[in-house]
Amino acid sequence: MRQRHTLLLSVVAFGYAFLYVPIISVMVYSFNDSRLVTLWGGFSLRWYRSLLQDEAILSSAWLSLQIAFVAATLATVMGTLVGLGLNRLGRFRGRTLLTGMITAPLVMPEIITGISLLFLFISLGEWIGWPASRGATTITIAHVTFSMAYVAVVVRSRLSGMDQALEEAAMDLGGRPLRVFFDITVPAIAPAMVSGWLLAFTLSLDDVVIASFVSGPGATTLPMLIFSKVRLGVTPDINALATVIILLVSVIVLVAAMLNRRQAAAE
Amino acid sequence: MNASNQTVGGPGGSGGAPWQDPSLSPIVEIRGLAKQFGEVTAVDGVDLEIYPGELFSILGGSGSGKTTLLRMLAGFEAPSAGRILIDGVDMTDVPPYERPVNMMFQSYALFPHMSVAQNVAYGLRKEGVPAADIRRRVGEMLDMVKLGRLANRKPRQLSGGESQRVALARALVKRPKLLLLDEPLAALDKKLREHTQFELMNLQDELGITFIVVTHDQEEAMTLSTRIVVMNDGRFEQVGTPGEIYEYPRNRFVAEFIGKVNLLAGHVKAVVGERVEVECEEAGGTLAARVERSAALPVGHACWLAVRPEKIFISKEAPAGEGLAALRGVVEDLGYYGNLSLYRVRLQSGKILQVSGQNRMRTARKTVEWDDEVWVSWQEPSAILLDE
Repeated sequence: MRQRHTLLLSVVAFGYAFLYVPIISVMVYSFNDSRLVTLWGGFSLRWYRSLLQDEAILSSAWLSLQIAFVAATLATVMGTLVGLGLNRLGRFRGRTLLTGMITAPLVMPEIITGISLLFLFISLGEWIGWPASRGATTITIAHVTFSMAYVAVVVRSRLSGMDQALEEAAMDLGGRPLRVFFDITVPAIAPAMVSGWLLAFTLSLDDVVIASFVSGPGATTLPMLIFSKVRLGVTPDINALATVIILLVSVIVLVAAMLNRRQAAAE
Repeated sequence: MNASNQTVGGPGGSGGAPWQDPSLSPIVEIRGLAKQFGEVTAVDGVDLEIYPGELFSILGGSGSGKTTLLRMLAGFEAPSAGRILIDGVDMTDVPPYERPVNMMFQSYALFPHMSVAQNVAYGLRKEGVPAADIRRRVGEMLDMVKLGRLANRKPRQLSGGESQRVALARALVKRPKLLLLDEPLAALDKKLREHTQFELMNLQDELGITFIVVTHDQEEAMTLSTRIVVMNDGRFEQVGTPGEIYEYPRNRFVAEFIGKVNLLAGHVKAVVGERVEVECEEAGGTLAARVERSAALPVGHACWLAVRPEKIFISKEAPAGEGLAALRGVVEDLGYYGNLSLYRVRLQSGKILQVSGQNRMRTARKTVEWDDEVWVSWQEPSAILLDE
């Protein structure tokens, strides 16, 4: 028994080490005083200070946050509508196909999504003159297209767990369909919408591949900037930046998890 | 099963029955109502009139169309054909939120993010009732169902019985002309069910609102209702008071669906006035019945004789008396229920009859035992003649 415990524990420890050692080492080295990334030279906050003074990083971070916010919001609205539609259309020919198609973007290689969107934007620009140039707008649209699929999936699963009689009861009590939607349906799927939004937000914040394809001059998101900086050699301020991003994403994931837990406890 | 306490007038009725009062017009009129789901016919062209103050039950098994009928009354399903009139007004094409009808759902469908009081207030808020009136009426309603102290609870903090009462209060607070109840007691345990049944009847009496109850539970329908419709395969098999349905079933389906019944196959041998003689091989001879309230059948016609287990007497000695049908048999099985005993008696033809006997005497020894040779007998008018 004791033997088995030790073995299990070491396997688990190895697994976690595998996952977290790289991340933790980045966080530790972000406090390194040395200019050399691989050599420890004492504790310092100098890279965080230099981060705050780096105009390029700050502006691209701000751009990334703006894109993530707008993309997540649009994806939540559109994904919710798609999830509702799929849930409410009832049975019809091709429903399984449609339901499967909504999840396809989740497994589509990003590079393909990126290329196809780039192609679309170029063709559109030639046909109707929009988008005239690529930049923040095209990145936002691209992010909406792949993250709304996530929202649609979570909203749909939430709806299928909802008692349809709730809406009928509200209608029976005199609520018109649109009112009933906001009085009853939205509160019921709100947790799914919030966690869908948070997921879309982090997905957009993370993305470098698709953004690289559909971006244009002047619109550099934070991951794109990091990627280009790293190609010239890893500097310690990138460690600091990575630490900030890790903390931000952790907070978002924690909030989403807490919302889910509270919802589960409420039912 | 206790049907004898049901008079034709129904519970609480001091005067005549509302459906027999020519001065009353029906609160609900259904004309040729049908509903098709693709190839499936859920409701197959039914007509019905329900009168103010009734507690009317729609009784049927699953797939009988009873829920579809209720949902058409509420406005959740559009009929394929026919009309629905509520208080004389055609409601067939009126959406649910504009009908003077409220429904209590089988799942109760309480809004999980609202408190008990908010749930009850929802309908009044949608109606635009002033806030002060809403508070007063919600308070009164919650007191009526004895839930005043739970006004601020959330639905998840309620027991099954409490949830049921909130659902009832929410459906009644708008004072509908008609309250539809979908399996109102199905989710409660047995003890609570009996108690709630009587509460429901008292509430209905007090408010004077017409109730339409959908149920699959025949006992529930028998004890609750002024009248019952037995539904099968989208059609009405019989409409009547609980007493009529139990004692004068119109066909085999009704006889078998409500309570227990013994069915003996035979042919009409002779008709003398109200008395019909039936040649019955399973009984090994000729039996008689009365054609009271049942269709007259021609001589030679195949028919069934139906006898309820409690109408049959069991004895070791040959019974004596006028107008008695008596058959010989052997007790094959015996079930002791305390208040009554159930016997399965094998006739000489091999046919098994179910007989129930009240245990009136307090004795641990049973007079009739396994494998006893017995007589089973019933009064001729106790047998019901049914068309094949």
